[in-house]
Amino acid sequence: MTADNTMAGPIAVSQPEPGIWRERLLRIVDEPLGLAGLLVLCLFATVAVLAPILAPYDPTVQDLGNIMQAPGAAHWAGTDELGRDILSRLIWGTRITFRTILTVALIIGPLGLVIGVISGYCGGKVDTVLMRFTDIVLSFPSLVLALSFAAALGAGLGTAIIAISLTSWPSIARLARAETLTVRRAEYVAAARLYGASHLRLIFLYIMPMCIPSVIVRLTLAMASVILTAAGLGFLGLGAQPPSPEWGAMISSGRKYMLDAWWIAVMPGIAILTVSLAFNLLGDTLRDILDPRHAR
Amino acid sequence: MPADTPTSASDRLLHVRGLDVTFGRSANPVFAVKGASFDLGRERLGIVGESGSGKSTLGRAIMRLHPKSARVTADAMRFMGTDLMSLGEAAMSRLRGSEISLILQDPRYSLNPVQPVGMQIAEVAEVHLGLKGKASRAAAADMLAAVRIRDVERTMGLYPHEISGGMGQRVMIAMMLLNKPKLVIADEPTSALDVSVRSDVLTLLDNLVRENASGLILISHDIRMVARFCDRIIVMYAGRMVEEITSLASARHPYTLGLIAAMPSLDGPRPDRLPVLDRQLLAQMKESA
Amino acid sequence: MIKVRNIDVHFQAHHHDKHAVKSVSFSVARGECLGIVGESGCGKSTVLRSLAGLETHWTGTIGMAGRQVGQKRRRDDLPLVQMVFQDPYGSLHPRHRIGRALKEPLISMGRTADDDIVGVALEGVGLPRHFAGRFPHQLSGGQRQRVAIARALLLKPPIVLLDEPTSALDVSVQAEVLNLLSALRREMELTYVFVSHDLGVIGQMCDRLIVMRDGELIEEMTADELRGRRVKTEYARELLEKSFI
Repeated sequence: MTADNTMAGPIAVSQPEPGIWRERLLRIVDEPLGLAGLLVLCLFATVAVLAPILAPYDPTVQDLGNIMQAPGAAHWAGTDELGRDILSRLIWGTRITFRTILTVALIIGPLGLVIGVISGYCGGKVDTVLMRFTDIVLSFPSLVLALSFAAALGAGLGTAIIAISLTSWPSIARLARAETLTVRRAEYVAAARLYGASHLRLIFLYIMPMCIPSVIVRLTLAMASVILTAAGLGFLGLGAQPPSPEWGAMISSGRKYMLDAWWIAVMPGIAILTVSLAFNLLGDTLRDILDPRHAR
Repeated sequence: MPADTPTSASDRLLHVRGLDVTFGRSANPVFAVKGASFDLGRERLGIVGESGSGKSTLGRAIMRLHPKSARVTADAMRFMGTDLMSLGEAAMSRLRGSEISLILQDPRYSLNPVQPVGMQIAEVAEVHLGLKGKASRAAAADMLAAVRIRDVERTMGLYPHEISGGMGQRVMIAMMLLNKPKLVIADEPTSALDVSVRSDVLTLLDNLVRENASGLILISHDIRMVARFCDRIIVMYAGRMVEEITSLASARHPYTLGLIAAMPSLDGPRPDRLPVLDRQLLAQMKESA
Repeated sequence: MIKVRNIDVHFQAHHHDKHAVKSVSFSVARGECLGIVGESGCGKSTVLRSLAGLETHWTGTIGMAGRQVGQKRRRDDLPLVQMVFQDPYGSLHPRHRIGRALKEPLISMGRTADDDIVGVALEGVGLPRHFAGRFPHQLSGGQRQRVAIARALLLKPPIVLLDEPTSALDVSVQAEVLNLLSALRREMELTYVFVSHDLGVIGQMCDRLIVMRDGELIEEMTADELRGRRVKTEYARELLEKSFI
C-alpha cells in the first residue's frame, strides 16, 4: 500500500465516491434505456394523478348495448364484456398499481434495511436468529401466503399488499446485511468507535446511509416482480375486487373472451408489461450508475 | 512482425513523439499527458512521478490500454517500426500478448481466481508458443523455476488466493515473460509487496529482462528504487516530462530535487523538518512553460 | 505513559488458531514517539488496535496514563487515546461535511460542539476554516489525512496512535504530514505510537522503535542506533538493507 495506487489524473476522479451520488444520478441522461424507463414511469405516474381528467369514460359504468367493441375512434382500446371503456379502466388502473407498489416499497424498504443492518452490525446470535428468520420467510411463496391471508381476512387490495410486503422484504434485508458487513469494517466506523459514538448512532448515521443507494436499486428492480405478483393475485381473484379496474383482474375477466375479443385481455397485459419493463430498465441503469461493482 | 526497417536501428524498440492523452470534452480538454517524447532501446527506463503526474496513463497509452474516455494523439508512436497509432485492435491485441507485456501493481487482480496458477501459465505457453499439453506444462514449470519459486510442482496446483503477494508477483512475471517479449512495462510492480521481497522481485525482473535483451519501462513513485535499477529516469510532473536524468546526483529540476529531498533518509543528521516541495514555484514554472 | 505487559492475541479462523501477537511487552514515556516496524502480518497493527480498544481479544495488561484499561473500554477511558488510520479515503464518513466530521467526536462525548471549535481545529492542522463546508471527496489525500489528524486531536488525548498514516500519500505530501505530526507532538506534548513498514519514516519520526516478526518482539532500539545502522538481530539488518535498495 504505497503512495501511488490510483491511476493518474482524471481517471482517479471516476473512482467510487459514495458522496457524489446526486451528481451520478444526473448521468442517467446519458443512458438511453434507463432514461426511457424513467420517462415511461413518469408518464404512468402523471396518468395516475390525472386519471379523472384523462379518462374519457367512467371506468365502472356499464353500457350493455355497446359490449366488446373493437378498438376504434370512440373507444381507443375497445370495450369489455360489460361495455366499459378499457382505456378508461386502464387509466384508473394505474392508480391501483402505483398505490400497490408505493405502499409495498414504503413497507419493505425500511423494514428490510433495518433488519439487514441490525443483523450485519450486531453479528453473532442476533445475526443468526434474524437471518434464519429471513430464510424462513424467503421460502414462502407470496401467492400461497396471499391465499391464506385472503381466507383469513377476506380478499382485497389491502390483503394483497400485506401478502406481497411480507414476502418481499427478505431480499432487501440480505442485501443490506451484506453491505453492512463491508461498511462496518470501514476506518471511519472504527474512528467513530474510538470517540465513543453510540451503537444507535453508528447504525443509523454511519452505516445505514451507506446502504441506501443499493437498497434503492434493489427496490426498483423488485418493483417489476411486485407488479407481476399483484397482477397475478388480481387474476386469481385475491387482489382488488371487481368492479375496480385492477389490471390483473381485467386480464382474468378478459380471458374467457380471448378468441372473440382479444383486446380485453391484451390491453391490460400491455400495460403490465410496459410498467414492469420500465422498472427493470431503470433499475439496471441505476445499478450501473450507483454501484461501482457492476460498472461496465 | 516486420523485420527491422532501414529507418529504425535494430536496438531501437520504441519511438514516441508528442504523445498527448486528454480527457473531457474537446472544447477544454484536460491533459493527463502532454507532449511526451522519448526513445527506448534495449535498456531499462524509469518513469517517476507522483499520483496524477500521468506516468501510469503514459504506460497504458503506449499499450493502447487507456480508458475509453481518454483520447490519445501522437506525432509518432512506433514499436520496432510498427506504427502503434494506426494498428487495428486485433493486431494490437496480438502485439500485447507476444511482444509487449504489462506487469501491474497487484497480482491478485491480474490472475484468474478460479484457475490454478500453473494452468494459467501453461495456457500462455499454448497460446503464444504453440505448445501442447505436457510441453506447455513443462514450459510453465521451467518459467516458475526461473522466477525462483522453490516448490514448483506444488505451486502450479495452487489458486491465486493461496499464494502470498510476493509469490503472486513472481507468477505474474513468469506469465508475462514466458514468451520473451521485446518490451516489458512494469507499473508499480512492487508497491503492494513487503520490503523484504521487493528487491528480490525487482532483481529477478531485471535479470530476466537482461537475459532476453528486452526493453523495460519501470513506472514508480519511488525515485530511489528506480535510480537503483534503471539506466535513465524520466521525471513527470502534471502530465509533462520535466527532466531526464541518469542518476539522482544529476537532477537539476526543482521538482526532482524536491522529490528526492522529501524522502526520509537514515543518512546524515536527522532534520527537524523534512524539506517540502515549493508548489507555488512549480505552478509558476508550469504557467511560464 | 503507556505500559504494555505480556499481551497475547489469538485469532480463531476456521478452527485454526492464529497466534497473532506473542507475549509482547514495551513501555512508552510521556512525550515519546515509539515506532513499531515489521512486515505485513507481523502483528504490529494488531498491537496498535489492542492499544486503541478496537481489538478486544487480548490477554495481558495495558496501562495508560497511570491506570489499567480493559479489553472493553469504559467511556472515560476513550479520551485517553485516539488513532489516525492509514487510508485517507476510508477514514472519513463520505456523507459528512468536514465540519460535521469534526463535531461528531464532541457530540458523541456529550461536549459542546460549535463552528468555532471546528475552525480552530482546522487551522491547527494547516487547513483554512472554509474547508468545514466541504465533503471528503472534494479534498486531496493529504488534506483528508490532516482532517483525520484534527479529528483525533479534538478530544485532547495525551496519546495518539498512528497506523501507517502516510503510506497512502505521495512522497511530497508525506513530508508535509510528517512535519505536521512532529510539530503537533512538540506543541501539545503528545505521546505517539507510530506503526510503519517504512524505516525511513520511523527513523525520521521516532525516538525509539521495536521490530516485530511473526507476532514476536524481536528487537528494541533507539532511533540513533537505527540511523547509525547498529542493529543486533539478523532480521533487522536484512530489513534495513532491503529497505534502501
